[in-house]
Amino acid sequence: MAKVTQLIHNYLRHSKRFPHVFCPGCGHGIVLGSLIRSVHSLGLAKDDVVLVAGIGCSGRIPVYVDFNSVHTTHGRALTFATGIKMANPRLTVIVIMGDGDALSIGGNHLIHAARRNIGLAALVLNNHIYGMTGGQSSCTTPLGSYSTTTPFGQLEEEFDISRVAKVCGSSFVARTTVMQARHMDKMISTAITHPGFGMVEIISPCHTQFGRKNRFKTSVDMYRWLQKKSVSLDKFQELPPEKRKDAVVTGIFEQKDCIGLEEKHARMRRELRGET
Amino acid sequence: MAAKSRKKRTTEIFALGNEAVVEGALLAGCTFYAGYPITPSTEIAEEMSARLPRLRGGVFIQMEDEIAGLGAVIGASLAGRKAMTATSGPGFSLMQEHIGYACITEVPLVLVNVMRTGPSTGMPTSPAQGDVQQARWGTHGDHPIIVLSAGDVQECLHMTVTAFNFAEKYRTPVILLLDEVTAHTREKITLPDPDDTYVFSRLTPSMPPEWYLPYEDNMRGVSPMPPLGSGYRYHVTGLIHDDHGYPTSNPREVEQLMQRLFRKIDQFFYDIQMVDEIMCEDAEICVIAYGCVARAAELAVQQARERGEKAGLLKLKTLFPFPRPAVEKMIRKCPTLIVPEMNMGQMSREIKRVNNGQSKIHTLNRVDGQIITPGQILSRILKG
Repeated sequence: MAKVTQLIHNYLRHSKRFPHVFCPGCGHGIVLGSLIRSVHSLGLAKDDVVLVAGIGCSGRIPVYVDFNSVHTTHGRALTFATGIKMANPRLTVIVIMGDGDALSIGGNHLIHAARRNIGLAALVLNNHIYGMTGGQSSCTTPLGSYSTTTPFGQLEEEFDISRVAKVCGSSFVARTTVMQARHMDKMISTAITHPGFGMVEIISPCHTQFGRKNRFKTSVDMYRWLQKKSVSLDKFQELPPEKRKDAVVTGIFEQKDCIGLEEKHARMRRELRGET
Repeated sequence: MAAKSRKKRTTEIFALGNEAVVEGALLAGCTFYAGYPITPSTEIAEEMSARLPRLRGGVFIQMEDEIAGLGAVIGASLAGRKAMTATSGPGFSLMQEHIGYACITEVPLVLVNVMRTGPSTGMPTSPAQGDVQQARWGTHGDHPIIVLSAGDVQECLHMTVTAFNFAEKYRTPVILLLDEVTAHTREKITLPDPDDTYVFSRLTPSMPPEWYLPYEDNMRGVSPMPPLGSGYRYHVTGLIHDDHGYPTSNPREVEQLMQRLFRKIDQFFYDIQMVDEIMCEDAEICVIAYGCVARAAELAVQQARERGEKAGLLKLKTLFPFPRPAVEKMIRKCPTLIVPEMNMGQMSREIKRVNNGQSKIHTLNRVDGQIITPGQILSRILKG
């Protein structure tokens, strides 16, 4: 067995019945692998890691891993995570959400978690579609693309998840894709160790739902398309404006020093109790 | 030899119903509050925001909406805290999904709903008792739940302690229904000696982690609950799950989970059922009431007695599981029952259901945002 496979097996739940729910060609498994590598490289104990997920394909990720795992309601993962982190700041709380989860139904919670700057690592797995319910359009479905609820093409503009998080005050914001596993490892590790709210948007293609409706014959075609479209932030800034339009920009958009809300609370408590 | 007498540490204070809820919660060991302000429940949040940060590890957090409030409470409870939130009508509606989540994942928590006139924004903030059936059935799907009520300020304190005890004992959300009148009445109450107060805290597992089953179908129907990060790594999900917490659609496992969820409440029914029988021994006409209406009814029953009517009051403190045996006892005893309530008959329908045509049941409903007065109940009693 390859070393990395062995490593991943150390973190999977052997009491859980496999196979997993992900379709062939799904990017979510790559994210899970990256998450495990990141936790391992940071040397975190399994007991100290809590995975909190919402509803949808991404919501099914935590059940397979031997951490503390909480599969919550649709869009509200961040609220549960806020409670967990405030109740026990010692825990490393990682929140896994989909695009519909984080930005549609849970948009209110994302903007407020970012504003609060609470010490959570939020991974938003953006596949541009509602995968589990059968391929309906989401708030990140690109303009003009097709889904089961936009049979004539999407008329609405899409959300730029990273930009939303940044303007709402998130102190670490990055975007990566499942085509750049090492970059993803680095971004996830940084978000986990970042003291405030760290959000990583991960572009993870859904061939079964999005690809099928948008003329990608195979999942490989989709990954190639994603690779072609992605461009690092440095390179993007050198691009002429006409070439910038459809690019998936990857890299760190925001990284600032801060203290997390849970730490501020602890300081306030110590002050009130006269302990310095 | 008599035991050495200890000086009781009771204190008398002048408090609002909402403030008494906070006193009760702190007495029960609550260290976490998350919520969203809504009148007439706001004093609970305000008081908590001033008191909790002074406690070791105490957390108050104001969330972006009621959905987030209850979500954070569930998260904190999973992390091992005794946690609560408070709200009123519209906020209670928003919280319904998470009540269901707490039921199926068996997360202990206390939710105080100070009822105001609805539906929708209704009449902020006039009293009502319109959320009784919503408290029982508001979240979707079959689920057991405990709903308590309180009718005066002292009772607000005691019922909050009881609500925490039930939540922790049975790993279930407990809803405490107050009404605007009770929440905003200020009167003298006695803070009990903490050493004399029965406080139950959830059982935590002591077996090795690999033996632990978070949703075991045992005799009590309730598994011990470890806080997150204590070495017992398990899966929490709102999906129907097996005893490990893993999602399942196996009919046998689904049936087992649902049956156990109901059994864990049903088999302790007599521990949960709380009623006060006031002047009921020889009663021929019985008033059944709860919340602030029960207080008016108590006076009305006394006045009726003075006029020679053999009236009694059955005050319901537990609303759900429905205290059927206590109600049936009164039905057998009294040919006439009067059910005054500040809604169109949400509890009287339960009483009529168990009455099954045996006694005459008169409802007395008021839905104009005003309280039911003792005089109203008295004249109904005198009418017979």
